[in-house]
Amino acid sequence: MPVSVFIFLAVLSIISSLGVIVQKSPVHCLLALIVTLMTIGVLFIALDAVTVGFLQIIVYVGAIMVLFLFVIWLLNLQSEPLPVGHLGLKLFAAVAVSAMVAELFVFVRKINPSLTVTSTAAGYGSIDSLAETLFGKYLMAFEVTSILLLVAVIGAVAIARRGLPDRPDRIVAAPGASRKQGAAS
Amino acid sequence: MNIAYSWVMALSAAIFAIGVAGVLIRRNILVMFMSIELMLNAVNLAFITLARRMGSMDGQVIVFFVMTVAAAEAAVGLAIIISSFRNRETINADELNLMRW
Repeated sequence: MPVSVFIFLAVLSIISSLGVIVQKSPVHCLLALIVTLMTIGVLFIALDAVTVGFLQIIVYVGAIMVLFLFVIWLLNLQSEPLPVGHLGLKLFAAVAVSAMVAELFVFVRKINPSLTVTSTAAGYGSIDSLAETLFGKYLMAFEVTSILLLVAVIGAVAIARRGLPDRPDRIVAAPGASRKQGAAS
Repeated sequence: MNIAYSWVMALSAAIFAIGVAGVLIRRNILVMFMSIELMLNAVNLAFITLARRMGSMDGQVIVFFVMTVAAAEAAVGLAIIISSFRNRETINADELNLMRW
């Protein structure tokens, strides 16, 4: 990857991820997040993770972000009225984040800067090698992942469906019981 | 001239820090959620970089799993947001104090 391309992608991703946290309207935040995720996907492809890079764009930008957009529209959100007070929290955030940045950069500095992204073995990052690793060494984890997705989908439906408390007429459990009650009264 | 691995790791650290800042300063639950996605992606970038450095595919497979878990987390988290919005008419994190002691 040429240096100029990397610098362009890095600046774009930093600016758009700052956009995620500073913009008022949730839809604008989401659009900035989409730009960030696509930039990171391009970086994946540039780092020879071609399959994962395309998966990133398809799964994240195509599916998860649409889910976010759907929720924003479903809730009909307006812009935040303006974050209330909480100067203490912001001060804490500033201190905590700057401490973490310092710590992370101490670790990054330990990486030898002369190690550059040079060419790797042929076939690295191809769909063949990914599939061989995924369905060989990590087969068990792959199967567990499918159960995780199943549980998450069932859980999401169970949580998001309209519950009983706001529909008092549906608290009566069995239709037979309600009929009997109606007959008695 | 090629880019160094440390540059990509620094970019990853910067995006992660921005995600942490977003979770701490924003009060809108949806935006806090997006910041969490930002952090997950920063970690994915670090995984891809280090996998490239080691020349092994394991890091890429881990990224695959992280994306799966992120999808599951987004589905459940957004369901919780929808159901709490239905009950409380707000997605401000300060007003959702049901589980606060």
